[in-house]
Amino acid sequence: MGAHHGPAAGLSRWLFTTNHKDIGTMYLWFSFAMFILGGSFAMIIRAELFQPGMQLVEPGFFNQMTTLHGLVMVFGAIMPSFVGLANWMIPLMIGAPDMALPRMNNWSFWILPPGFLMLASTLFMEGGAPAFGWTFYAPLSTTYAAPSVTFFIFAIHILGVSSIMGSINIIATVMNMRAPGMTYMKMPLFVWTWLITAFLLVAVMPVLAGAVTMMLMDIHFGTSFFSAAGGGDPVLFQHVFWFFGHPEVYIIILPAFGVVSQIIPAFSRKPLFGYASMVYATAAIAFLSFIVWAHHMYTVGMPVAGELFFMYATMLIAVPTGVKVFNWISTMWRGALSFETPMLFSIGFLILFTIGGFTGLMLSIAPADFQYHDTYFVVAHFHYVMVAGAVFSMTAAVYYWLPKWTGRMYNENMGKIHFWVSFIGFNITFFPQHFVGLAGMPRRIPDYALQFADFNMMSSVGAFIYGASQIMFLYNVIATIVAGEKVTEDKVWDGAEGLEWTVSSPPPYHTFEVPPQIDPSPAHG
Amino acid sequence: MLQLSSNPARDTVIKLVVVSVAMFAFVFVVMVPLYNVLCDALGINGKTSNEAYTAISTEVDMSREITVQFIASNNDDMPWGFKPSVTMMSVNPGAANDTVFFAENGTSNYMVGQAIPSISPSRAAAYFHKTECFCFNQQPLDANSTADMPLQFIVDQALPQDIKTITLSYTLFDVTDMAGDKVATR
Repeated sequence: MGAHHGPAAGLSRWLFTTNHKDIGTMYLWFSFAMFILGGSFAMIIRAELFQPGMQLVEPGFFNQMTTLHGLVMVFGAIMPSFVGLANWMIPLMIGAPDMALPRMNNWSFWILPPGFLMLASTLFMEGGAPAFGWTFYAPLSTTYAAPSVTFFIFAIHILGVSSIMGSINIIATVMNMRAPGMTYMKMPLFVWTWLITAFLLVAVMPVLAGAVTMMLMDIHFGTSFFSAAGGGDPVLFQHVFWFFGHPEVYIIILPAFGVVSQIIPAFSRKPLFGYASMVYATAAIAFLSFIVWAHHMYTVGMPVAGELFFMYATMLIAVPTGVKVFNWISTMWRGALSFETPMLFSIGFLILFTIGGFTGLMLSIAPADFQYHDTYFVVAHFHYVMVAGAVFSMTAAVYYWLPKWTGRMYNENMGKIHFWVSFIGFNITFFPQHFVGLAGMPRRIPDYALQFADFNMMSSVGAFIYGASQIMFLYNVIATIVAGEKVTEDKVWDGAEGLEWTVSSPPPYHTFEVPPQIDPSPAHG
Repeated sequence: MLQLSSNPARDTVIKLVVVSVAMFAFVFVVMVPLYNVLCDALGINGKTSNEAYTAISTEVDMSREITVQFIASNNDDMPWGFKPSVTMMSVNPGAANDTVFFAENGTSNYMVGQAIPSISPSRAAAYFHKTECFCFNQQPLDANSTADMPLQFIVDQALPQDIKTITLSYTLFDVTDMAGDKVATR
């Protein structure tokens, strides 16, 4: 690796780059493109549901939209966006010159676009795209699936490999490349949450790969993993899937926890309250995520002992999560608060994620879940934690570090307007879905009973508002890169802490080739 | 991975690759067999044993009568006729009972069927023993022919006292395409 040169010119810079900042940037742009794609699928869903009756699309196409919306948002938008953030920030935060495996880093990004191209191409295949929901339960996804399911399976394989390579890289970086004196308990919380997330990914992405491989074998090689006729069991699929799927939701949310744990102290001008307890709570959540998977399957016909075990284990997750929420609130308590856009999105995260956590507790109650199962209540719950949780925190992260990345300041007023329009649009979209869900409106259905009409119209209007506000976000980011006001100081936010604020804005192409000096004082309390 | 030979992260990377490969293998060699073993052992999912039962105790408990109901249904678009000869029996725990299911292939093709049992309530599955069952094997039928398919079962003396009725449901699958490839296990 040549030490003192800038980026190569032209397209080859991006194709062959091994620079963590370049790769991080590509991840972030790719995930935003996927966010727009998945968002446009959501707009089609909400347009169809604007009124009862069949309005715009065929039911089969509607099912393809719900499926692809979920897959693209989870695997294409949220996960790669946090990987991009990890690429950009982890080396800067721990004082490393780059990721531990720069060339593998390049591969793990560049196999993603072909993977998603393959997934999106199923839309134009005979029989249409996958239409079995993002959870792809067998036998709906095996016996009854369109032929395009094979492409879906390979797409999942590709992005699974990408995620595993990315995680191995992150773990290797954090464990081996910290600057001298950067002990584990001195690492910024974002690095901690990503370290734990990466371990979760290494443990469960292979399980997802196993599940789709079994589907592939059932479809093409005559095995019967999920076919009762040959001695298999469709319920087995749900166990395997959710053994991956539940840790997956923490894979999505833990880095978001890390982001707000950086931002809230910065704009409260106080150190993070309870640093050590934050680390232990993150680890506890990660451990618990492996023993609660069947709470997604209460209605499948489990023995009562199983229902009770998964119910209590699930409720237990509220304890470490509560520790985190109280720590964030305690950090703000008597702080010198200011409300720049990153802080607004973080506080929005805090409020809305907590609502999503509470509805999660409601869903964890096994006997009550029989009423909520597969209704819009579930849809409302997981959009509160996925959108207001992961996406809000990701948005906060972009506003927070954009001046560092680009050396230019974004338009603060437009950022604030983006927040308020997002916040209001989001709540108009998803709050009414709690009500229609409790009243029994099923999810993944293109038509609904007349009594749900008003709330669905509200939901659709809210979704269009939320969707439109993201265009404003895109505009603000591009305008910042092109013509934003130049930032002169290294430490863009006066309350921000961490090594990333000791390098110039924008940082040089190569940073920390000489390890930085770490304050030798004891680690966080 | 040329860069690995001198990379300080080499050991970490090797360990993590091993972990991810092991987790992939874990799905096939642990999760799937463990699921089947647990379901068989605990009778959860209403799964019954797929092997003929040899009675341990022949003592018949005349003090209890258990109602056993039979249900036969066809999976998907299986075109056969399929029904139990009687829909309900009263049996004493420990006694061997015989009944017959009818199958009729009314199509003009040779076909193979496979019946898959399920017990409700699922807690009873571990106490419902089949000494002989058509579901242990695939059932081939020529075009326009019928078959009487025998079932012999014993309800275990240790059946929990609160269970008074057991429902045995068979779903008949069309396995013509699979037949010959492998012997069905259930």
